[in-house]
Amino acid sequence: MSTEVLTAPTDERVFHLEQEPEHPEGTSTALGFWIYLMSDCLIFATLFATFAVLGGNYAGGPTPKEIFELPLVAVNTAMLLLSSITYGFAMLSMQDKDLSGVIRWLLITACFGAAFLCIELYEFYHLIHEGAGPQRSAFLSSFFALVGTHGLHVTFGLIWLFTLVVQLRKHGLSPANERRVECLSMFWHFLDVIWIGVFTFVYLFGMI
Amino acid sequence: MAAGSGEIETTFLLGRLNWDAIPQEPIVWGTFVGVVIIGVCAMAAITYFRLWGTLWHDWFTSVDHKKIGIMYMILGLIMFLRGFADAIMMRAQQAMAFDGNEGYLNAHHYDQIFTAHGTIMIFFAAMPFVTGFMNYVVPLQIGARDVSFPFLNNFSFWMTVGGAVMMMVSLFIGEFGQTGWLAFPPLSGSEAQPYVGVDYWIWGLQVAGVGTTLSGINLLVTILKMRAPGMTLMRMPIFTWTALCTNILIVATFPVLTATITLLALDRYLGMNFFTNDLGGNPMLYVNLIWIWGHPEVYILILPIFGIFSEVAATFSGKRLFGYNSMVYATVCITILSYLVWLHHFFTMGSGATVNSFFGIATMIISIPTGAKVFNWLFTMYKGRVRFELPMMWTIAFLLTFTIGGMTGVMLAVPPADFVLHNSLFLIAHFHNVIIGGVVFGVFAGINYWWPKAFGYRMNQFWGHVSFWCWVGGFWVAFTPLYVMGLMGVTRRMRVFEDPTLQPFFIVAAIGAVLILAGIGALALQVFFSILQRKNNRVYSNDPWQDGRTLEWATTCPPPHYNFARTPVVYDLDAWHDMKEHGYVPPREGFEPIHMPKNSGAGVIIAGISTVLAFALVWHIWWLALVTFVGMIAAAIHHTFNYDRSYNIPASEVRETEHAVDHATTEAV
Repeated sequence: MSTEVLTAPTDERVFHLEQEPEHPEGTSTALGFWIYLMSDCLIFATLFATFAVLGGNYAGGPTPKEIFELPLVAVNTAMLLLSSITYGFAMLSMQDKDLSGVIRWLLITACFGAAFLCIELYEFYHLIHEGAGPQRSAFLSSFFALVGTHGLHVTFGLIWLFTLVVQLRKHGLSPANERRVECLSMFWHFLDVIWIGVFTFVYLFGMI
Repeated sequence: MAAGSGEIETTFLLGRLNWDAIPQEPIVWGTFVGVVIIGVCAMAAITYFRLWGTLWHDWFTSVDHKKIGIMYMILGLIMFLRGFADAIMMRAQQAMAFDGNEGYLNAHHYDQIFTAHGTIMIFFAAMPFVTGFMNYVVPLQIGARDVSFPFLNNFSFWMTVGGAVMMMVSLFIGEFGQTGWLAFPPLSGSEAQPYVGVDYWIWGLQVAGVGTTLSGINLLVTILKMRAPGMTLMRMPIFTWTALCTNILIVATFPVLTATITLLALDRYLGMNFFTNDLGGNPMLYVNLIWIWGHPEVYILILPIFGIFSEVAATFSGKRLFGYNSMVYATVCITILSYLVWLHHFFTMGSGATVNSFFGIATMIISIPTGAKVFNWLFTMYKGRVRFELPMMWTIAFLLTFTIGGMTGVMLAVPPADFVLHNSLFLIAHFHNVIIGGVVFGVFAGINYWWPKAFGYRMNQFWGHVSFWCWVGGFWVAFTPLYVMGLMGVTRRMRVFEDPTLQPFFIVAAIGAVLILAGIGALALQVFFSILQRKNNRVYSNDPWQDGRTLEWATTCPPPHYNFARTPVVYDLDAWHDMKEHGYVPPREGFEPIHMPKNSGAGVIIAGISTVLAFALVWHIWWLALVTFVGMIAAAIHHTFNYDRSYNIPASEVRETEHAVDHATTEAV
């Protein structure tokens, strides 16, 4: 509404439109959620910057080459990327107004997400067990903070996803629920993009 | 006090909390008794007048941006009093601690006071003031009925309150940090600060920070999405422009603060090594990160205040704001430049000449758009019919005071000069000069300016004038000696002094603080008498200053909770002025039902649980932290199951409300 420029004749003024301009519920949700994601992105930017500064400070402790297992991380990355594809299918089902399809694809997405988390937790457990815990060096502190924050986001994404499945069962594909599915979709893909950054800058660069 | 006594005793049930946590300070006990008495009286009064229901239903759970704005202002005022109490205690201590006199504050207490003063004044006084104004004014200025996310707005407010509660609790249970307001490590690390002071700082700011970030997103989206038809970006009122830029800054910097404080918390709680001195940690990383937030924060505070002065200058000069376009571009320039100058806060910390030069020059460049603004205000007044009402008086005091503060800022921006002046009282005088002379004066200008809009009656003039002169005079008496002493090399944050020749300066500064106290007292009386004489000072026009130019003056004083019965159409910058010129008549018929958001108690509840969580984390009460964390998530999820969030005001009710105003006006006339 506000973007159109009203160029009125010099003296004629219509002070109120015939039809009251409406801002129906949810018109701002997508933009608001985008901006939230950008603010979240800055949290990750800070953690990436921290890793960039501290990532070489091994303090006589283990180095990336000694502790990272690329095959495991590759499997992990695959899980997350697959979960993004399946979320895409959920969105396609939503366009077809196929409620059971949406729920099915969401649950499949959750499976991949949970697999990702399990592998990550295994990796963390393994590292801590080897004496490469977050207290050992600034490198490991910044590694755990960055990867852990991403993992926490995935965890919250999963909680959100299950909540949403319950709400979809209860209220179907109402406009409010469609907005929620879209927002979670943005969130989920956003985490994927962050993970590409983690995979590249932390794991791949670390192995060079 | 458990601090410094080696291992801190921890129990499962209460964590680190035990009787030793109660500070052994008569001053604190006295304050506690005072707070309890005031609290009990307030509660008794609320109960006696049966106001709990009103408070809960009409205020605490309200999603009305106007009420939330007013609550932000009240929070800001309360915390401002707390912050000022800290200030005057410091002034008293420094005025007497000479010649072996230790003063009346021990080092542990004094260090907490200057830390709390800075933290409270920035986060819990200035920020709520600025957010309060933006909340109240922006939707009115853009012709909207509320913000984009009304519930989120309520939640954001209560998170800010949660942070403020943590500040107040730290006064009576345990201690506050003794690190300065930005808690630089390694001083804020667990070795130097083993007890709970820094933890209060961390979790108080984290809770409030969530609120600030969400409120930033909310207002940003509101400005972008909710404008009235015809209001293009370049037709937005200048206050809304500055609010837009400030909220961009909030969204783009507070996450950095959140992340940085989280890393400090990880150092303290889990023994990680981000900012420690060993195992590869790097304290300078913290200093960089915190100032990447901290410098834009300065502009988060001042930009909307520039907006207030712009509105006031135009209104009371009876002229359109001079150089609207340049004002907008200057605001945007400052927004961008504010990101490129953070290093000037630590020129002396070894970045080298090249880096210092870049940041020094970038800092000086900011004075160009700021200078453009000052000239715009002056040219707005030039050949205008200037009316010296209180908001205008504050604006002129601001112009005089702030310009000097800005110039000492340019001095500090010169790296070689900064090597002499850094960490001195000159710096203290400089930033108080811009924060008091800018933000605080602007808040008072704004309160006086928009009070009739918010409450339907003018403020008391006499006590307003008393407050004005005490404040402006008090400011200069209090801070001029600090400039002088800073040039002489006196450092900040000192509790006792060796050199007795400095004492007269500190006594003068203390007298200034007493004058400011008188100004605050007069402000309190101004509010009191304004409310007492509200019938006499009632305003019957939508536009009590007569020369209002923006849309908030197009609706009644106070506005109905839907703001505008019919959404106005905007043809020009200064929409309300344009409407007046073209013979605007408020609509009396043809009302439609208005869609409005419903109130919700979820914000209070979730923010309340978050605050308890913060308390549990401060005191290492892990079971409580777990319970409240789960409870917080559960409450949030529960809230998402509420799909019934809005209702319609029937057209007949709108009609009744609008006509009731007419009746009141006719009767009065």
